[in-house]
Amino acid sequence: MVRFKVNGKEQTFDGDPEMPLLWYLRDVAQLTGTKFGCGMALCGACTVHQDGQAIRSCTTQMQSVNGTEIITIEGIAPLHPVQKAWMEIRVPQCGYCQTGQIMQAIALLKDNKQPTDQDIDGAMAGNICRCGTYTRIRAAIHQAAKELV
Amino acid sequence: MHAQAQAKIENVSRRRFLQAGLAGGVFVLAAKFVPETLYSVRAEDSEAKQPFQPGLWMSIAPDGTVTIVAHRSEMGCGSRTALPLILTDELDADWSKVKLEQAIGDPRYGDQDTDGSHSVRSNFDLMRQVGAAGRAMLITAAAQQWNVSPKDCTTEPHLVVHKASGRKLGYGELATAAAKLPVPKVENLQLKQRSEWRYIGKDSNSLFDLPDIATGKAMFGMDATMPGMVYASIEHPPVLGQKIQSYDDKEALKVPGVSKTLTLETVTPPHLFKPLGGVAVIGDNTWATFKGRKALKVQWSSSPNSSYNSPEYRKTLEATALQPGKLVRNVGDVDAVFAKGGNIMEAKYYTPHLAHASMEPPVAVAEYRDGKVLAYAPTQNPQAVQDTVATALGIKKEDVTCHVPLLGGGFGRKSKPDQVAEAAILSKQLGKPVKVVWSREDDIKFDYFHSVAAMYMKAAIGSNGMPTALLMRTVYPPIASTFDASAKYADDEMGLGWNNLPFDIPNQRAENGPADYHVRIGWLRSVANIYHAFAIHSFADELAHNANKDSVEYLLALIGPPRIVKLDLKGDDAEENKAYPVDTARLTRVVEMVAEKSNWAKQKKTPGHGFGIAAHRSFLTYVATVVEVEVDNKGQVSIPNVWTAIDAGTVVSPDNVRNQCEGAAVFGTSLALFSEITATNGAINQGNFNNYQVTRMNRAPGKIDVQVVKSDAPPAGVGEPGLPPFAPALYNAVFAATRKRVRELPLSKTKLV
Repeated sequence: MVRFKVNGKEQTFDGDPEMPLLWYLRDVAQLTGTKFGCGMALCGACTVHQDGQAIRSCTTQMQSVNGTEIITIEGIAPLHPVQKAWMEIRVPQCGYCQTGQIMQAIALLKDNKQPTDQDIDGAMAGNICRCGTYTRIRAAIHQAAKELV
Repeated sequence: MHAQAQAKIENVSRRRFLQAGLAGGVFVLAAKFVPETLYSVRAEDSEAKQPFQPGLWMSIAPDGTVTIVAHRSEMGCGSRTALPLILTDELDADWSKVKLEQAIGDPRYGDQDTDGSHSVRSNFDLMRQVGAAGRAMLITAAAQQWNVSPKDCTTEPHLVVHKASGRKLGYGELATAAAKLPVPKVENLQLKQRSEWRYIGKDSNSLFDLPDIATGKAMFGMDATMPGMVYASIEHPPVLGQKIQSYDDKEALKVPGVSKTLTLETVTPPHLFKPLGGVAVIGDNTWATFKGRKALKVQWSSSPNSSYNSPEYRKTLEATALQPGKLVRNVGDVDAVFAKGGNIMEAKYYTPHLAHASMEPPVAVAEYRDGKVLAYAPTQNPQAVQDTVATALGIKKEDVTCHVPLLGGGFGRKSKPDQVAEAAILSKQLGKPVKVVWSREDDIKFDYFHSVAAMYMKAAIGSNGMPTALLMRTVYPPIASTFDASAKYADDEMGLGWNNLPFDIPNQRAENGPADYHVRIGWLRSVANIYHAFAIHSFADELAHNANKDSVEYLLALIGPPRIVKLDLKGDDAEENKAYPVDTARLTRVVEMVAEKSNWAKQKKTPGHGFGIAAHRSFLTYVATVVEVEVDNKGQVSIPNVWTAIDAGTVVSPDNVRNQCEGAAVFGTSLALFSEITATNGAINQGNFNNYQVTRMNRAPGKIDVQVVKSDAPPAGVGEPGLPPFAPALYNAVFAATRKRVRELPLSKTKLV
């Protein structure tokens, strides 16, 4: 039995311990804001926070979630400055990867209050946006950083 | 290329009221329209030739909420926002009081295939007319209530105002009365002046779904569920056409959550949107089905396509490109010029297959019950879902209901709904709803691929360095092969940048050579324009350097004086050309704009650093792009700046146009630098983002400047036209930086240092 928290609520899981957290969140917990993109930690669409760190939920097995706290996009409340900046700069096109991008950006700004372009490129290079919104993502992270100061 | 809608508008409040059983007072306006022209290739469009039954476009509730039907899919290009926004403007409604209702697939809405960059173009007039009719009826309703002339009334957002007395009534208050009025005739409608638009053309417009996207509430196809559904993941034949010889599911069935396996019949040509076939693993969650598949052992037969090997196939294409092909455009007499000898330039170009790789892989949930199918699918074309599912199950298309959640990208892949048919077939067999989820590997290996292509260019150069004759040949397996297995020529793709080159060259000959297909061929964002533009605009730059002229000056000379280019086109291309002639003044203008913005004339020429330009008209839109590159001592290319100027005629949301062009630069970076699909013995070698590389932020252009031309011309395409000029502009910049002329995509295949 795996015991853990999702968005502040205690949860248990006694299914396949190899099941990735992603599929627990989507198929079991119905938290569909976390997206499936590649299944190999190559694209970042599935990014959530585990004990405050950005992780790829598609390669994080349920057995390794025991005793940890998971935050998904649904657990980001009230509206985070990163989300506000995303809307003001009108980052998204299709929007599918954007929850993963936002979770990655929030984690980045927790560790690095004033990231440079290079810092942002380094932290965000694991999150693919096929629509190609990267320049806006970069701009939105800078804008959110200003608000967080 | 696509339906131009002519609206006939009628009031169907009563009918809708009866059908929906809503509370009284809901004002509903419907438009009935007949398309004039159609794109002939696609079978699913044939339905649209019938006059449509009345369809519902908008309603106003007594509380003032305006509900507008979005009948085209949202995959990131903004169509779902743009069309209702146009209607809202003409209705003079308040956008914050508008709700959208996404249409199911239904021929009454006309063409719903959201591709070809024509959502706004084909629906601009219709949406305006529906909105204007509503506004006129609301004004009449208010005037009657005040006992004044409608002429003395006007509107403010969501209000009718009596000018003299200043009296006001809200749209919600007027809905019941307006619903009882006759609908004005289209010819009597008063459309707003452009200066009166509150939303169309404004920088402040943003996507309707933006807040939901940023908070994770947006519902994509991947998020759709049905009560009691099971999951399925399908092991497709690795090579197109392979059949199951035998399979062993013992280990698969031991995986926790896996309940059974089922087989699907292998597809036969023409492939259309039919399922590929294979072994489906059924389970109670996605992961179980993925894991079950890994434990599955399948023996496959061989297939005629097992001989498909990319290096050999390339040689065949390139050899064909050296032979005379089917004539698709002839101006003057190139042979006579070439026969004179003199200064001749030749070049060969090659571009590989590409996969769409939308961030959301194909997915669908469907339920078959009592001879009918209900489906939720991220599709660009819900009517194709109806056709495909109906054919697969032998039911009527009217008995297939397809809802369309948001699409996590599309790029053309999601016009082909093979996965929805898979879900429906499995649901029929299992007697319960089924969600089919494709893995990333499924998505990349079993795509409808963008064609591999070879081009051959030959020019005779005059004494002033300008070409006097141009021969161009293009060879690739055509999209038509997906619909007709015998098709070897790309007749329907010649309009994508090959038979309409706007260069001022007195002798021109364009040809198309035959090619066999071995994988399913589909359309990918901007389609054949990608390779056509790559060859044409790389070659144009080669000619400029050969003449020792500046690339921009040379390009402007190639485009020549302002004129409407004379083209000998047939069918739909000819019709479209009447409404949207090729205007060289517009192409020149975007070249001049982007040259100025990029400071082209003042660039410093230093080794390892270069600028390149290309300008291309596609989807009736004119785009010029300058790319700046830096090539380091290891040969790695970085892109500090991109400048794009776009003339798409009348634009609904300028910021969205900028976003689309920024995205095109990133998508262009992917195919220019990284992406390539290859086959070995018929099977695709790539499978995920480790070996099918797309642009990541650290390799994306640093800054992308987009200038949107302010224009009163009819609206043209936006989603695709930014892409074609990007790769040639980048390659031309690489040449400027390194003096190395690379003639194949992607650049990662060539060592620059």
